Amino acid sequence: MRQTIYFRIMPLSSKMWTRRLLGSFAVLLAVVVLTSNAHAELKIDITRGTVEPLPIAVTKFIGTTVDEANFGKSISDVIAMDLERSGLFKPADSRAFIQTAESMNSVPRFGDWRVIDVQALVQGRAEIVDDGRLRIEFRLWDVFAEQQMIGLAYFTVPDNWRRVAHIIADAIYKRLTGEDGYFDTRIVYIAQQSATGSCRGTTPLNPFGKRLAIMDQDGENRRYLTDGSSLVLTPRFSPTLQEITYMSYHGNVPRVYIFNIDTGHQEVVGDFPGMTFSPRFSYDGSTVIMSMAKDGNSDIYTLDLRTRQDKQLTRHSGIDTSPSLSPDGKFVVFNSDRGGAQQLYVMGADGGNVRRISHGKGRYATPVWSPRGDLIAFTKLQGGRFFIGVMRPDGTGERLLAEDFKIEAPTWAPNGRVLMFFRKERTNDDGTGGRSRLFTIDLTGHNEREVTTLCDASDPAWSPLNP
Amino acid sequence: MRFNILGVIAAVALVAACETMPEEDATMDSSGDSSETTSAAADTDAPVGIMPGSEADLVVNVGARVYFDFDRFDLNDVSRSTLERQAAWLSANPGVRVAIEGHCDERGTREYNLALGERRANAAKDYLVALGVSPDRIRTVSYGEERPVAMGSNDVAWSQNRRSVTTVEGAGS
Repeated sequence: MRQTIYFRIMPLSSKMWTRRLLGSFAVLLAVVVLTSNAHAELKIDITRGTVEPLPIAVTKFIGTTVDEANFGKSISDVIAMDLERSGLFKPADSRAFIQTAESMNSVPRFGDWRVIDVQALVQGRAEIVDDGRLRIEFRLWDVFAEQQMIGLAYFTVPDNWRRVAHIIADAIYKRLTGEDGYFDTRIVYIAQQSATGSCRGTTPLNPFGKRLAIMDQDGENRRYLTDGSSLVLTPRFSPTLQEITYMSYHGNVPRVYIFNIDTGHQEVVGDFPGMTFSPRFSYDGSTVIMSMAKDGNSDIYTLDLRTRQDKQLTRHSGIDTSPSLSPDGKFVVFNSDRGGAQQLYVMGADGGNVRRISHGKGRYATPVWSPRGDLIAFTKLQGGRFFIGVMRPDGTGERLLAEDFKIEAPTWAPNGRVLMFFRKERTNDDGTGGRSRLFTIDLTGHNEREVTTLCDASDPAWSPLNP
Repeated sequence: MRFNILGVIAAVALVAACETMPEEDATMDSSGDSSETTSAAADTDAPVGIMPGSEADLVVNVGARVYFDFDRFDLNDVSRSTLERQAAWLSANPGVRVAIEGHCDERGTREYNLALGERRANAAKDYLVALGVSPDRIRTVSYGEERPVAMGSNDVAWSQNRRSVTTVEGAGS
C-alpha cells in the first residue's frame, strides 16, 4: 500500500544523486545558497563531561499566508525543542529578540543578536507552492563571525512538516558539533496499561495489555503496531530495513518474530524446537541473533535471514542470553551466569574465544554494543539497585550513568552519544504506583530527560536515522 | 534464610482458591483504580462439586505452585513435597496433561528472567518425571516476570512471584 519514493539531494551546481526513501512521504532537498567554509568557527565539543549549552536563537519561520505562518511557527518550535532536549543548545527566549523574523529578508543585523548573547541564529521561511507542496528554507548563521553556516530548502507534502523540522535540527546539530544528529529517528517500544488506568486492553494472556508501539524520538506520532491480543516483548529495529524483531506469545508459544512496519506483515524467525527470545539484528541487518531455551537451558543462536540457516554459538549449561553483535559483525557480547552470577562475556561471531569482560561487583545484564563500536551499554544490578552503565569492549572504563529502584534495557541513539532506557517505579501493595516510563541520558551521564508517552512504556529501541 | 517465609507462603497458596489472574475486562471505565492489575481471584469454580482431575482439584486438593529463592531454580523440601503430591495426583488421573509455567519476580532483567522462568518450569518438570510421570504429559512455558500474582514491590510479593505453576492443559491459562 505504500510505494517506494525517491529522495533527492541537490547541492547547487554539483552532480545530483539519489537515495531510496522507504516511507510514505517524499522530501526533496536542495542547497539554495552555497555554504561558506568558515574558519575558527562556532563548534560544540560534545565529548566533554559537562557542556555549557550554546545560546542559539531559533526564530519563527515566516510565511505569507496564515497557513504558511502556522507551519513556520510549528517547525521552528520543533527544531528548538529538539536542540534544547539534546542539552547542547539553549534556545533563547523569543521575547528577548530585538530583530523580528519578518525583517530578516537577507542578512540579519548581527549586532542585534550579539547584544542578547546569542551565538548561533536560525531563520527560515515556509511557503506552500503551486503544486500544494510545502517549501521550507532555513539558514544557520554564526552571529560572531557574521557568516552563514548552512542554507537549505526542502519540499515536502505538508503533513510531513514535523519530519522536515527534525531533519533541519539534525543539520544544525551536525554543523555545530561535527557529529551526526539523531532527531529524525523513531523509537519502537512496548506500550502497556498504566497504574492510573489509561491505555487498558488487558487479557488473561496479556495481563498488562502490552502492545508494540512506535513513535518519533520526541514522543510524537505515536501509534500501535499490534492489537494487544498477544503478550509482546523486547522489540529491536533493523539497522537497514523498516523491520522490527521482537518476541511474542502469539498462540501462547513464545517465539521471536519480525514485523514489517510498512506492510504490517509478521513472520516467525526460524524454526526452533524451544522458546526463542532476546532477539537483535546484526548491524548489517543480515542476521538475527537471539537465545533459544530448550529443556530448561538457554543458548545463543544466529539465523541468517537470507539463507534461513541457523547456527548455535554457545553450548553451556548456564543461561546465555541478551546477545548483541559488534558493528563490524566480528564479536558478540552477551549475558551469562556460567560463572555463578550474571556477567558480560565477549566471544567471536563463530562462538569461539569466550572471555568474561565484566569484573565489578554485582550482576551485569542486557549488553548492547554502541553503533560506533567503542562502548558497550549494560544494565547492572547491585545491592538491590539497578544501574545503566557503559564500559569499553575489553571491560575497562566502566562508568555508571543512572541509578534507581529499577532501570533497564539501554538502547543507543544512532550517533552513539545518547542512551534511552526505561524506569519502573515501585508498585504499592494495592497495585498503585509501578509506572514504567522512558528516559534518555547523555553518554556523559548528564541531561536525563523523560520521553513522554501516553501509556506506560518499556523496552525502548532506537531506530537508525530515517531513510 | 527465607525458608520460613516460603513455608508460610506455600501454606497460604494452598488455601488460595485458584490461580489468580488480572481481570480480563478491557472495557472498564477510565475512572477506575488499578484493580485490574491486582491479583483478584478468578471466580471460576463454584465451591461445591470439584471434579476429580480438574484444574480446581489440582489447585485446592494438591497445590499447583512451587516457590523458589531469588535467582535460584533448585527445589526445597516444601517444593518437593508439593511436586510429590502432584505426581501422585497425575498418577491417579492418567488422562490429564499439564503445562508448567515458570515465573520470576521483578528483581531481574526481562530477558534473563525469561531464561530463569524456563529453568524453574523445567526443574519442576524434571522432578515429576523422576517420580514416574511421563514427560509427554508435561509442557513447559516461561513467562519470566510478565505475569506476577502479587503486585507489591516488596519481599513478600517477590517471594510469591518466584514460582512454577502447574496447570491442567485445556483448562485455560
